[in-house]
Amino acid sequence: MSSHDEVFILAIESSCDETAAAVVKNGRQVLSNVISSQIDLHTLFGGVVPEIASRKHIEKINPVITQALKDAGMTLDDITAIGVTYGPGLVGALLVGVAEAKAIAYAKKKPLVGVHHIEGHISANYIENPDLEPPFVCLVVSGGHTHLVIVKDYGVFEIIGRTRDDAAGEAFDKVARAVGLGYPGGPKIDQAAHGGNPHALEFPRAKVAGNPYDFSFSGLKSAVLNTINHAKMTGETIVVADLAASFQNAVVEALSDRAVHAAKEYGYDRLAIAGGVASNTALRERLQSECKKAGIRFYRPSPILCTDNAAMIGAAAYYEYQKGTRHGWDLNAIPNLKLGER
Amino acid sequence: MKILGIESSSLVASVALVEDEVTVAEYTVNFKKTHSQTLLPMLDEIVRMIELDPGEIDAIAVSGGPGSFTGLRIGAATAKGLGLALEKPLIHVPTIDAMAYNLYGTSSLICPLMDARRSQVYTGLYYFKEQLETVMKPSCILVEELAGIINTRGEKVIFLGDGVPVVREKLGELLHVPYVFAPAPVNRQRAASVAALGARYLEAGKVISAADFAPDYLRKAQAERDFEEAMRQGKEKELAAGHSVREGSL
Repeated sequence: MSSHDEVFILAIESSCDETAAAVVKNGRQVLSNVISSQIDLHTLFGGVVPEIASRKHIEKINPVITQALKDAGMTLDDITAIGVTYGPGLVGALLVGVAEAKAIAYAKKKPLVGVHHIEGHISANYIENPDLEPPFVCLVVSGGHTHLVIVKDYGVFEIIGRTRDDAAGEAFDKVARAVGLGYPGGPKIDQAAHGGNPHALEFPRAKVAGNPYDFSFSGLKSAVLNTINHAKMTGETIVVADLAASFQNAVVEALSDRAVHAAKEYGYDRLAIAGGVASNTALRERLQSECKKAGIRFYRPSPILCTDNAAMIGAAAYYEYQKGTRHGWDLNAIPNLKLGER
Repeated sequence: MKILGIESSSLVASVALVEDEVTVAEYTVNFKKTHSQTLLPMLDEIVRMIELDPGEIDAIAVSGGPGSFTGLRIGAATAKGLGLALEKPLIHVPTIDAMAYNLYGTSSLICPLMDARRSQVYTGLYYFKEQLETVMKPSCILVEELAGIINTRGEKVIFLGDGVPVVREKLGELLHVPYVFAPAPVNRQRAASVAALGARYLEAGKVISAADFAPDYLRKAQAERDFEEAMRQGKEKELAAGHSVREGSL
């Protein structure tokens, strides 16, 4: 089935609370993309519980991989290499995918390619955009990450901005919890904000000293929480839709303004977004219109490719594979792996 | 029959190939490297040393718990990946049973001890009468409780496992029966014991698919224990509001 110019990656992802496997051809064509989400399990606890996530990964990983191969109409013999997320993420969760991937690669004598989770998120943009190639600017926003990155080449990154405190997704989770919307915060706020007035409440836009591209969300988060507490004490009712819309607007403005400014300042005419928060509708709309004004081409993955998935890991693994990246049988999970490290 | 044994329930990492009644290869380390770094390179070393074609393995016996949650999962995921790729069945061998098997044929009561922290041990009680017989199945209990059970039986006991150095002193104070501690060659987990006991399970048809295999932890996750406690006290909402864990940074 495979020939020299056809590379099929079986990719495995288990860094947080999704067990995922995919088969990707030549880094861009997704032949299968299977995701087993544990979200209902963790909702009970108001967030991801690492030990429970790890236990679930062990139960799900083989069926998920088997399904990914089946959906692609392939067997392991057709696969060129195995790609796996080895960081950053929850160490116990990562270890399940890493041990499984290593064992499969070992038994089938296939090359093993470890992938950085965020490199995967960024690479999700290649899947639906055949024309997109580095260099470009990428805004990475998720529950654990808020970074402005210049993608200089495949697997080569320069981080020009990062959050000084909370990740954007973390702020969404905390505010959602405080107004009783529950977990996960991102989609809940997004939904609640639809009927709300984004200018009903004025929240601060933090400027971070020293770097125009760094982010800070803790001040905003505190301001929102203070508003809620003040309303509780004085007996005022809070319109959840207005609060959600106003908070979301403040986050979206901070993210999109810095991203567009960075693209202009550094002279790139393409801007992409990546990570779980990249599926936020307000963020997508604002970046779309701001990029249009600035003459910048805007790229965003479909929501299914914004969430944690293995197709994006397959895309990233392909370019690492082509560059000659190979990992040994002692590959370990690295929970705080730095972007661009091997 | 060629049985691959995998043991990673504690600090010990061990891989063995047992064929019929012979241990063809066994590689055991009791060192502080993670199992993620040691287990597969050790298997690779064995495969090369004994010129083994992994495809010839009939089944993979895994130390199935209790033990270190993460350690158990590294062994499990390794075995599950091998089983999936080689299309071979897995054998779930309870860790405590496999430890007792180290002392095959002894006339004493066998008591494996694994440190379960919080004053508890993962333990069980066994004796040999033609084959390994279980007196007390693998449990997570307080040392005091275990000593009470042993005193009631009134027989000589032989202890082994990484729980021994942790509770040795306490056992001395609590026990009224004669006891000894197993020596170094047999006092920790061994993959050869997992594979050899696994062979008995295989003969009895006790296999499990690679897809269905999961460790038997004998203990719930901390968050689940907290949640159940909160439910008893009617505080579940408070807990859900306060508990969120997200890790990882660039």
